[in-house]
Amino acid sequence: MNTAASAHYTSTGQDTRKIAFWTFIGSECLLFGTLIATYLSYEGKSVVGPTPAEILNIPLTSVSTFVLLMSSLAMVLALAAVQRGDNLYAKVWLATTVGFGAIFLTLQAVEFTAFVHEGLTISTNLFGSTFFVLTGCHGLHVLVGVIWLSTLLILAFRNKLGSEKSMNVEIAGLYWHFVDVVWIVIFTVVYLIQRGPAV
Amino acid sequence: MSDEGRDRAHAHPSAKVYLSIAAILTGITVVEVAIFYIPAIRETILLAPILLTLSAGKFALVVMFYMHLKPDSKIYTAIFTAPLLLAAVLILALMTLLGAWVY
Repeated sequence: MNTAASAHYTSTGQDTRKIAFWTFIGSECLLFGTLIATYLSYEGKSVVGPTPAEILNIPLTSVSTFVLLMSSLAMVLALAAVQRGDNLYAKVWLATTVGFGAIFLTLQAVEFTAFVHEGLTISTNLFGSTFFVLTGCHGLHVLVGVIWLSTLLILAFRNKLGSEKSMNVEIAGLYWHFVDVVWIVIFTVVYLIQRGPAV
Repeated sequence: MSDEGRDRAHAHPSAKVYLSIAAILTGITVVEVAIFYIPAIRETILLAPILLTLSAGKFALVVMFYMHLKPDSKIYTAIFTAPLLLAAVLILALMTLLGAWVY
């Protein structure tokens, strides 16, 4: 079998898995676009509190943002290690990425728990409904990413993640970075730009 | 595309570039949070444009360098950019339809 056939290259010279995954990421743009539009459309229109200004914890989410940005750095370093066949650093950076993802999820759980204790649930008001659906959907994506990267880490520990498997890591990386850029948008439009009158 | 062409298209940035990008992303995030706490900016209409511009910069850096759209084939850029623009139009259309600009 020639190299092109074994690597799933299309007539464009590109890997079919990578083209398919970029197409999936495109569809995810529309999913999150809809959720962000819904949040923004109902922002400032709750008839009862708590409002975003009263409850959002900017210092905590700033730390979450930093953690997710650093996880992206660890992810590209993991990919680079896999591509050069460096299994030790592949394990180190994949474990770091998984660790940062787990920290992000823990901070989100802390945030959600605090909100519930302060009286904001998914059914309290329009803000609660749109906020929990948007950030919860993002958190679910992070959880999927953590599980996906954990499976790659297990493969690395079994010495089954050689450079010939680098496309698998690259595609997982694309997913992880996409989750990161979605958070970049959410952090700005939900947490830092708080529009509308307070209740 | 020849194997050589494929290899050239996959010439990803070095670790030094990745670290530089991470430093820039961290710096922009610090500036964003600082702006949020400056009343003189926070209470003006400039807050949203400034923060959206900074956010777009971070978004572009991650997509270009960490997701490798800059060195990779332009086919991926097209596949990603088209639905991204559609999503942006969708957000504006839905916000308009649902009266997001009216309080």
